[in-house]
Amino acid sequence: MSSTPGRKLNLYALTWRLPIIFWQFIFFVGPVLFMVAMSFFLVKNYRMTEAFEFVNWSKMLSRGYFWDSYWYTVLIASISTICAMCIAFPAAFALAFRASETTRRWAIFLLIIPFFTSYLVRTFSWFVILSESGVINGMLGYIGLGPYTMLNTNFGTLVGYMTLTLPLVVILQTVTMANIDKNLIEAARNLGCSAFRTIWQVIIPLSKTGLIIAAIFCFILSFGDFVAPFYLGGSQEPTLPILILDTTKSGQQWPRAAVVAIMMMLTLFAIAFTGIALAYRKGKGAK
Amino acid sequence: MNQSRSLNVILGIYVAMVFAFVFAPIIFSMIFSFNSQRFPTIPLGEFTTEWYAKILADPDVWEAALNSLIVSCSTAVIATFLGFCTAYSDFRYNFRFKGPYLALILLPPTIPLIIMALAMLAWFSKIGMSGQLYSIIIAHSVLTAPFAMAVIRLRLNQMDPDLESAGWNLGGSEWQTMRHVIIPFCKPAIFSALFLTAAVSFDEFAVSWFVSGLNKTLPVIILEIVQGNIDPQVNAIGTFVFLISMTLVVLAQVFFASRQMKSIKP
Repeated sequence: MSSTPGRKLNLYALTWRLPIIFWQFIFFVGPVLFMVAMSFFLVKNYRMTEAFEFVNWSKMLSRGYFWDSYWYTVLIASISTICAMCIAFPAAFALAFRASETTRRWAIFLLIIPFFTSYLVRTFSWFVILSESGVINGMLGYIGLGPYTMLNTNFGTLVGYMTLTLPLVVILQTVTMANIDKNLIEAARNLGCSAFRTIWQVIIPLSKTGLIIAAIFCFILSFGDFVAPFYLGGSQEPTLPILILDTTKSGQQWPRAAVVAIMMMLTLFAIAFTGIALAYRKGKGAK
Repeated sequence: MNQSRSLNVILGIYVAMVFAFVFAPIIFSMIFSFNSQRFPTIPLGEFTTEWYAKILADPDVWEAALNSLIVSCSTAVIATFLGFCTAYSDFRYNFRFKGPYLALILLPPTIPLIIMALAMLAWFSKIGMSGQLYSIIIAHSVLTAPFAMAVIRLRLNQMDPDLESAGWNLGGSEWQTMRHVIIPFCKPAIFSALFLTAAVSFDEFAVSWFVSGLNKTLPVIILEIVQGNIDPQVNAIGTFVFLISMTLVVLAQVFFASRQMKSIKP
């Protein structure tokens, strides 16, 4: 083996290692750090000047509307996460334990397609379906119900969030639960566990890590999405992404938008770290 | 036993309902695109190709389609190259700061697109690269490289590391082994990564909208039409976008799955 190149750091090794370092430093780390710096810049006569002032921070963080928007976004993203996790669970359970290997593969294959397929057009489609004279109210009309107002409500926003997150959450939950050792579930049933108790005390603890990761992704996606709250929720209560959009596109106030963006990132970091710590913590009952 | 069967039926219906929810907007968008009503409802109006005729006659749509094509093809090539380099480095080498190194490529998808859009817009303006078609390509390759990396890394996982040393022992240089052993082995995953990154780039609208300036891509055109009012043209453009991105994602998955078949062979 001494004649083989092994793991030496030579030209060959650097050829594969360096491209991503250069690329991401210039086009990923650069933008993010610049955004942090930008939050201290000043805007005079619609022009941004480089400075180191805390005025954007103090202005944004002292405004009531920022905090209203902040807590509303945290709340609705949390509700979205809970909804997605609960709606997905029975489906993932069925796909993981009741379906054949082939069915499960097909289901995941099909769910991957919408996850990568134009979310914007799907949201617009919901806009048409949910509208006052849309398909759903049309159908309800036949049985003498409605019309119901679904657009420009929190319900509309949540439908959008589910469109965005549900495929991913079902996939992650299914894969996690399909990897559980079936013998453990057999054992629980043989020892007289009810179906409900098996789910609660065997399946959920065993798939904890995967479930928490699914929830984190769901929260990140909902928290950062501006399309659903804007088009389906009517942005009556603007979420933080809409605040960024408005401040950047109409107000020319990039530094203040940067403050909002950094607050969002800090929140997501906090939630992701807490979640991951929980996911990998050893259960107290483990002996 | 009977109870278990009825539970299976209920769960089956439930899964079907979840799938119906996920696919309803795609299917309705396609139906609406051939529907004569401006505000589609039940019962549907007459069959029409009016909206398609409209978008096909619109030079802005054609220009956007061309832009989208250029952006997604270029992004796919750059992102797959970056993804391959990183996946191979991770597979072959252990080195200090490998954690941060991998975080560098894997982090972007965990940051909301609206934040990336703002950061990219500000940075590109600062370094004088904003408002160009290549601005979108660069931004998209940062966003999609992790997907390429993941797909290729999973393929490399299936490779026996001895295969590479066998290449060296037979007298091949590292470069020759790369060319004759590793790249052929990764070929299905490379195609899969190309299609997947092209699909993600083709559909991305937030970052494109912020950094594109006047060079609009199809999703940006859709975003701008949607801001106005309900316009069935969106369904026609949308159907077209759906068909392309669905094809790309299906191709990506077919290539990704083909590797599993091959790895079964001895």
